[in-house]
Amino acid sequence: MSVPERLTSLVGALRSHGIRIGTGETVDAAQAVQALGLADRELLREGLAATLLHGTSQRPVFDPVFDLYFPRGVGAPDGEPADRDDLRDRLAAALAANDEAMMARLAVEAVDGFGGYGSSPASDGWSSHQTLDRLRPQTLLARIRDTIRAQGGSSGFTDRLLEDEIRRRIEAFRALVAAEARRRVAERRGTDEIARRAVAPTPDRVDFLFAGKAQLAELRRTVQPLARKLATRLAARRRRATRGSIDLRRTVRGSLSTGGVPMRPVLRRRRPARPELVLLCDVSGSVSGFSDFTMLLVQALHDQFSKVRVFAFVNRIDEVTGLLVHGTADPEGLGARIRAEATLTGWHGSSDYGVALGEFAERYGEAIGPRSTVFVLGDARTNMSDPNLAAVRQITERARRVYWLNPEGRSQWGTGDSAAPAYAELVEMHECRTARQLSALVGRLLPI
Amino acid sequence: MLFTSVDDVSARLAATGYLASPAVATTVFLADRLGKPLLVEGPAGVGKTELAKAVAEVAGARLVRLQCYEGVDEARALYEWNHAKQLLRISAGRDESWDEARTDIFSEEFLLPRPLLTAIRGDDPKVLLIDETDKADVEVEGLLLEVLSDFQVTVPELGTITASRRPFVVLTSNASRELSEALRRRCLFLHIGFPDEQLERRIVRLKVPGLDAALAESVVRVVGALRAMDLRKVPSVAETIDWARTLLALGADTLDESVVRDTLGVLLKHQDDVLKAEAKLDLDAL
Repeated sequence: MSVPERLTSLVGALRSHGIRIGTGETVDAAQAVQALGLADRELLREGLAATLLHGTSQRPVFDPVFDLYFPRGVGAPDGEPADRDDLRDRLAAALAANDEAMMARLAVEAVDGFGGYGSSPASDGWSSHQTLDRLRPQTLLARIRDTIRAQGGSSGFTDRLLEDEIRRRIEAFRALVAAEARRRVAERRGTDEIARRAVAPTPDRVDFLFAGKAQLAELRRTVQPLARKLATRLAARRRRATRGSIDLRRTVRGSLSTGGVPMRPVLRRRRPARPELVLLCDVSGSVSGFSDFTMLLVQALHDQFSKVRVFAFVNRIDEVTGLLVHGTADPEGLGARIRAEATLTGWHGSSDYGVALGEFAERYGEAIGPRSTVFVLGDARTNMSDPNLAAVRQITERARRVYWLNPEGRSQWGTGDSAAPAYAELVEMHECRTARQLSALVGRLLPI
Repeated sequence: MLFTSVDDVSARLAATGYLASPAVATTVFLADRLGKPLLVEGPAGVGKTELAKAVAEVAGARLVRLQCYEGVDEARALYEWNHAKQLLRISAGRDESWDEARTDIFSEEFLLPRPLLTAIRGDDPKVLLIDETDKADVEVEGLLLEVLSDFQVTVPELGTITASRRPFVVLTSNASRELSEALRRRCLFLHIGFPDEQLERRIVRLKVPGLDAALAESVVRVVGALRAMDLRKVPSVAETIDWARTLLALGADTLDESVVRDTLGVLLKHQDDVLKAEAKLDLDAL
């Protein structure tokens, strides 16, 4: 592959991950390659990142794709396949010294020695999972710690940080092994395909229903910055919505620069109405990742509203506003605490929208008034029981607006036990599969 | 061209007291080479504004700064006519015809240049720093587009003023609002994160020269551990330096539980964070 071809393929792979790169940026990137030369790979990486990317969140996608199109090396390493014990010895030494160049070299050897599987050309490949499973770098922890202590590299107060530091180094080594395995597979299967399929998407594009534990943790970390962005967006919408009477004092003050002629009238700011928000969240197992994230987001936005009340349900409903307020310090444990402390289930453990919504209308009906906006979060899968549309109608009549956010794709609505189409006739239902969709919807739908 | 190579950038920035990571040096070099503005994002206190100041010092250029805030407008960013002076001029020349007065009052003498216009006019080298771009309203971004892509400003009464010498432009943002795609596309993007351990140690040694080398290493390691925790506001480079100065002022020569507990407030700004860090670092083990 020539350099321009490599560059355009790289851009193509990044575009397929949803990063918008125009032709102009590609030309800039080519100029950057010319200015920097191909001698130093890390400089090239930074140069391409500076010209092609537009935001911090795109970097985790860019790095693995770059590693595939501008690999550290080609083919298998020279020399004999490594012996397991010897490799572990050298790895322990490299981790103890935090020697990153050595760690990268060992990752190459490790994948070559232990990562290969299959024998026929159609089914063979390289697996980082298998490499790490055989090498078990995490079991080196105690040994590395003792080595460093023996060398006197750690004493006194900072000794307590040592284990975590070694764990982070081992994590870095695992990432190196994963990158190397991807490179070897790409040589076999074609770079373009691997760059599109085997690179994880940015966390805000991960489907809530299929997100793993680590991805959900990643998402929780984005709650605060996201809330800040949404708050600015809401403030901007509020400002634009200002239509009021003339503010005489500020108009006269502004007219001083035009010699006392009021060229630009200044309008009086409308007192913000600070609307009320009511959240009804299905927290049953299937959709809990989605509900937890949304609850945290709304909690982080609470100062934008005069009152936020949050109710959680599985087949019975209970108010959890208090739990959420105290939950800011420990977002991981939120879901577990809600399930432990609130009464959410009656006779059985599966979700029942009809009963829960009916109970809400009956017990907490006064929570909804003409100034409140209601959000219902859930997949509308009622386990074949009555959807209780009368209760929903009652809620829509009392509230200013009612929205339903459904974490399932639109094509899934109405399949199996989903009552989504029936509910969608009564309330405005939106598909909300990823954090990206959620933030767009929240920015648009939240009352101002 | 200000710089000859990436190493040249690092060396000359270091001479002014700014230690740049390879990513920073590469991007500054490219911004100079490609003649594009540099958009810098990153957490507070990692030296985004400092970078612009350091580049200005290296280039021997004047630093023109536009501090953005909510409500900053054309009159404060670009230029403004000096109305009061124009009125004086009109009332002073009572006898002259309107045509004479008009050509006179819309001349350079009555123009008040604001940062963007200042950066474009004149032949001396300049570094234009547009600070906290995300605080400005969306309309101001539209204003920046013309300035940043063509380095020209149109004043209806005077015509278009084009830069004879392009300034080196740095925009900073704390990402409190997503900047528009159009603006991002005109810039090189640089994310300044927290430096790695080695670089941060060098920064501490440079900024707090009196500090013992072993203590500097411990300081950086503790800060690294705090950053790995899930805190509301993790300590930045500025806080690391503050902490190092505090320790120096207290005359501490090694870290121990009581010193760390007493000075944790320099690093962490929220009570929740302090409590969490105390628990994780076993500070209450005494």
